Amino acid sequence: MNVWGFYTLFYKELLRFSKVAFQTLMAPVVTALLYLLVFVHVLEGRIEVFDGVSYAAFLIPGLIMMSVIQNAFANSSSSLIQSKVTGNIVFILLAPLSIYEFLLAFVLAAVLRGVVVGAGVFLVGVVLVPLPVHSPVLMLAFVLLGSAVLGALGVVAGVTAEKFDQLGAFQNFVIMPLSFLSGVFYSIHSLPDFWQKLSRFNPFFYMIDGFRYSFFGTSDVDPVFSLAIVGFFFFVVAGASLLMLRSGYKLRY
Amino acid sequence: MNVVQTDIGMSAAIAISGVKKHFPGVYALKGITLSIDRGEFFGLLGPNGAGKSTLINIIAGLTRCDSGSVSVLGHDVVRGYRRARRCLGIVPQELVFDPFFSVREVLRIQSGYFGLGRANDTWIDELMDTLGLSDKVDANMRSLSGGMKRRVLIAQALVHKPEVVVLDEPTAGVDVALRKSLWTFIRRLHQEGHTIVLTTHYLEEAEALCDRIAILNHGSIIALDNTQGLLSRGIGNKVHISITVTEPIPTLPATLMTNLLSTDGTRLEFRLDKSVDSIGELLRELGRAGVVIIDLHTEEPDLEDVFLELTRERAL
Repeated sequence: MNVWGFYTLFYKELLRFSKVAFQTLMAPVVTALLYLLVFVHVLEGRIEVFDGVSYAAFLIPGLIMMSVIQNAFANSSSSLIQSKVTGNIVFILLAPLSIYEFLLAFVLAAVLRGVVVGAGVFLVGVVLVPLPVHSPVLMLAFVLLGSAVLGALGVVAGVTAEKFDQLGAFQNFVIMPLSFLSGVFYSIHSLPDFWQKLSRFNPFFYMIDGFRYSFFGTSDVDPVFSLAIVGFFFFVVAGASLLMLRSGYKLRY
Repeated sequence: MNVVQTDIGMSAAIAISGVKKHFPGVYALKGITLSIDRGEFFGLLGPNGAGKSTLINIIAGLTRCDSGSVSVLGHDVVRGYRRARRCLGIVPQELVFDPFFSVREVLRIQSGYFGLGRANDTWIDELMDTLGLSDKVDANMRSLSGGMKRRVLIAQALVHKPEVVVLDEPTAGVDVALRKSLWTFIRRLHQEGHTIVLTTHYLEEAEALCDRIAILNHGSIIALDNTQGLLSRGIGNKVHISITVTEPIPTLPATLMTNLLSTDGTRLEFRLDKSVDSIGELLRELGRAGVVIIDLHTEEPDLEDVFLELTRERAL
């Protein structure tokens, strides 16, 4: 294994997003804060989703996980599409790196960006609203596994897309709706039966519901089941990424 | 950088066997078989669309061939890709760069991909110094001129000290001064033991640098020989003669008409095949026709003539 090569690719990805930290780290935290202020201002006192949990407290874990999901996806996908469009992807393709080292480096960098953004939203959130922590282990597990799923999905999207427009479409028509309709702002128990059933086909729902459990000890579905579902999706998406990388799909023509 | 050649018994730097590649609507390579020896300075020529870049991309592992195989120093570029890539440095044709990083960062990152840590910094500094990049080490890649970006591309290709260096049109679009300095640098690499594979549109460049040349056209090798051999083959027997005479000639002897290329007042252009024609006989015929010669200029064929002749023959 080319350990140093893998580490270098991982480090390069960290360096890339840290060089534009205002855009990649600060902006998502500010966006999440704006969601929090607006939704809490409108809905606070009108809705109590879980017994004894304010709407603001209910909302924060959802916003954290949504930020983690969107930024993990954005990291790997935008890095790959930029490299492909500008042509500098050749420097990675010419290197003696295996498909496993390639995928792991992109996924870990995505996880790290997701974790940093998530931690930022968490810190801003707890300043405004006191939050309990029921299970730090599950919290970490959902953040790491959830961002890994989206990091790998970002690799799939980044490899598949040939221009920014195609990636934008994937982001706006797949990632954004799935993350908004995953129970960030509500419990699926408040939805009509049909939409509740449909929500259970949304993998992001399990990430958010399980992550929220790690704060309040209450969730719509069993958190262990949610974790298993998220883990299953990771293997599916990572497997799809590896198959694409092995075949050279849209990378090695 | 003197190259340490590890596999003494292995003579082929690059071995290409029956490589075919088809893109939608076009056969880019129609079964290329070619062996480039270690330490050789090899030129790959051909018009646009001949398949040069496709062949180089297959050697580099950037493109996968439909059939056939390629190995670099005995390492198959697909099955033994790690070893093959460690032996190979590629200078891409396009001026590609990562706009996020400085020159030093780019070179350290490229070095790291090959498993080389900070211990390689000395070599990186030496490379930057040799290529005239020392005052640009902390400059962002976006801020560099085209020539400087080209130098960084060369440094990136050499950062892991590969034995085989492939340069895909390295002097395309660079000014004359930079071209000459790149020639000097590439010659130095060759003298230090690197195998050099060069593709170029500048035939003068191939003639000046390469030991052996392959000419590709429409995905096939149409000529493969050492440079002098290529120059003296068939077309190499041809000689171009310009003669200036005192006054325009109304009619030339019929025996000279077959070799006449053009007439322009007092200037006559002949092309002779040295294997059957004689310059002396031409001059005697002109003398017998009463022509008074005041100037004579002969020109041996260069690689451009060979190239044009060969690619034209195939196109007919």
